[in-house]
Amino acid sequence: MASTETTPVQDSGSVEAGLDALETSATGRPTLRQTLVGKILPPIVAIAVVLVIWTLLYPVVDDPTKLPSPGAVGSAFKDAWLKGDLLGYIWTSVSRGLLGFVFALLIGTPLGLLVARVKFVRAAIGPILSGLQSLPSVAWVPPAVIWLGLNNSMMYAVILLGAVPSIANGLVSGVDQVPPLFLRAGRTMGATGIRGVWHVTLPAALPGYVAGLKQGWAFSWRSLMAAEIIASFPDLGVGLGQLLENARTASDMAMVFEAILLILFVGIAIDLLIFSPLERWVLRSRGLLVKS
Amino acid sequence: MATTTTLAKADETVEYAARLDHVSKSFATPRGQQLVLDDISIDVAPGEFVTLLGASGCGKSTLLNLVAGLDRPTAGSIATDGRPALMFQEHALFPWLTAGKNIELALKLRGVAKQDRRAKAESLLELVRLKGAYGKRVHELSGGMRQRAALARALAQESNLLLMDEPFSALDAITRDVLHDELTRIWQETGVSVLFVTHNVREAVRLAQRVILLSSRPGRIAREWTVGIPQPRRIEDAPVAELSLEITDVLRGEIRRHGQH
Ligand SMILES: Nc1ncnc2c1ncn2[C@@H]1O[C@H](COP(=O)(O)OP(=O)(O)OP(=O)(O)O)[C@@H](O)[C@H]1O
Ligand SMILES: [Mg+2]
Repeated sequence: MASTETTPVQDSGSVEAGLDALETSATGRPTLRQTLVGKILPPIVAIAVVLVIWTLLYPVVDDPTKLPSPGAVGSAFKDAWLKGDLLGYIWTSVSRGLLGFVFALLIGTPLGLLVARVKFVRAAIGPILSGLQSLPSVAWVPPAVIWLGLNNSMMYAVILLGAVPSIANGLVSGVDQVPPLFLRAGRTMGATGIRGVWHVTLPAALPGYVAGLKQGWAFSWRSLMAAEIIASFPDLGVGLGQLLENARTASDMAMVFEAILLILFVGIAIDLLIFSPLERWVLRSRGLLVKS
Repeated sequence: MATTTTLAKADETVEYAARLDHVSKSFATPRGQQLVLDDISIDVAPGEFVTLLGASGCGKSTLLNLVAGLDRPTAGSIATDGRPALMFQEHALFPWLTAGKNIELALKLRGVAKQDRRAKAESLLELVRLKGAYGKRVHELSGGMRQRAALARALAQESNLLLMDEPFSALDAITRDVLHDELTRIWQETGVSVLFVTHNVREAVRLAQRVILLSSRPGRIAREWTVGIPQPRRIEDAPVAELSLEITDVLRGEIRRHGQH
C-alpha cells in the first residue's frame, strides 16, 4: 500500500480496454430487406394460399349458403364500407373492448399486488383467481344479463370477469418470479418497504405482468364477442358480434364470413399494434429476447 | 445473550468499520438446529482490507449477510459504521435499467439530489474504467464489465464498509487478475474498508492486509495472517505464492479433519 510503484496498475487499464472490446459484440438493426423477407412476406404468402384453396373449394362445395365465394365476401366488405357502416361496427366493438380492458387493468393490477404480497389474501382468493382463468367467460353472459339487463354495463361486466383474472395472475406470477437476489440487492441499497416495491419488485415483475396484459386483452375480446353475439339488442349499437348474429338471422353467409374475418383481424391488429410491441420492448431491453 | 445489530451514531468517533462480537448463527433444519457460525469475533479497522477465506459451505455468505443486516445473528452482536454496501458473486445489476441508471438508483436511495446524480454516476463509471457504458444495458456488457458496474453501484452508496461475496469467482483468470488490480487501486483511492469473502487462497493473499481463515461446520476462526507484502502485488509474485502455500496447508488440514470420522 505504501509503495509508489504503479506500473502494473496503469498497465491493467489498457488490458481491460482490450478485454472489454473483445467481449462485447456489436449488434446492428435488421435492414429493411431483412424485415420484408423475414416478417412481412410469410404472412402474405399464407393469406394467398388460403385464398387459393378457398377459390378451388368454392365450385366443389357449390352451395353459396354454406360457402360464399371470396368475391361475395369481398363485396360484403365493400357494401359495408360504402354505406359507411364498416368503421362504425369496428369502433363500437373496439371502444367497448378497450374501455373494458382499461377497467380490468385498474382492478386487476391492485388485486394482483394484494394476492402477491399479502399471504392471507393469497390463501383466500389465489386459487379461485387462477381457477377463474379456465372458466370460459361466455358462461358469465347469462347471469350478467339477469343481473344487469341488456345494456353496456352487462358487456363491461363480462369483459371484467374474463380479463381481471388474467391480469391479476400475470402480475402474481411476475412477482413470484422476481429473483431473490434482486430483492436482497435492493435491500442493501436501502430499497425497503414501498420503495422496494416501486424500485425493485414492480419493474422486475414487468415481463410477467405484460404477458398477463396480453392474455387479458385476448380474454377481453373473446368475452366481448360472446356477449355481443348472445345478448344482441338493437339499441346497443351494432358491434362485430351483433353483425355476426344479424348475418346468421338473415342467413347471409357472405356477411357471416365478413363478421368473422373482422373479429379475427381486429383481435390480431390490437395485439400487433399494442401488446406485442410492448412485450418485445420489455423483453428486448432486458436482453431476454433472443434474435434468431 | 445479546442479539443486537447496531449502527454507530454519526457523532461518535468509531475506531472500526465493522465489529463482530462473539457472533453465532444457527439455522432451523429438519434435523434440528444447525450451527453454521460459532463465536466469531472480527474487527475491521477503517480503511482496512480483510479477506475471509474458507471452504465451500463454511458460512462465509451467511456471515456477510449478517454484517449487511440481511439476517440477524442467533447470538452476539454486530456493529457497523453506517450501512455497508454489498456486492455479490452474481452482478445483481437490475436488467431493466442501464448501467448508469443502476448507479443513479443507488444514489437516489441514498438521497443524492436529482441534478447531481448523472455527474456522480459518470464519475463512478470512470473510476471503474467504464467510461461510455452509461447508456448500456446490463446484457450488453461482458462479465468483467458487469462486475465493475456492480462495484461502481456499491461504491455509489458511499459506505465506509464494502462487503464482497466472491465477486470475481465467475470470471476467467485474465479478467480476474485485471479486476484485482482495479480493486486495489480503488480501495487505495477511496479509503473504503473492505471485507472480501473468497475460497481462493491466492486471491485472498493478493488483495488483503489481513487474511482470516474460517473452519467448516461450524464456521470458526481457525487462524489469521497479516500480509505485509507491499501493494501493488501480482498474483504470481513469489511472496504471494509462498504465503498462499502456507495458508493452503492449514486449510487442507482443517478440511482433512472432517474426513476422519
Ligand atoms: N437459510 C438457510 N437455512 C438453512 N441452512 C442454511 C441457510 N443458509 C445457509 N445455510 C447453510 O449454512 C451453511 C453455510 O452456507 P453459506 O452459503 O454461508 O456458505 P459459503 O461459505 O458462502 O459457501 P460457498 O463458498 O459455497 O458460497 C451451508 O451448509 C448451508 O446449507
Ligand atoms: Mg457463499
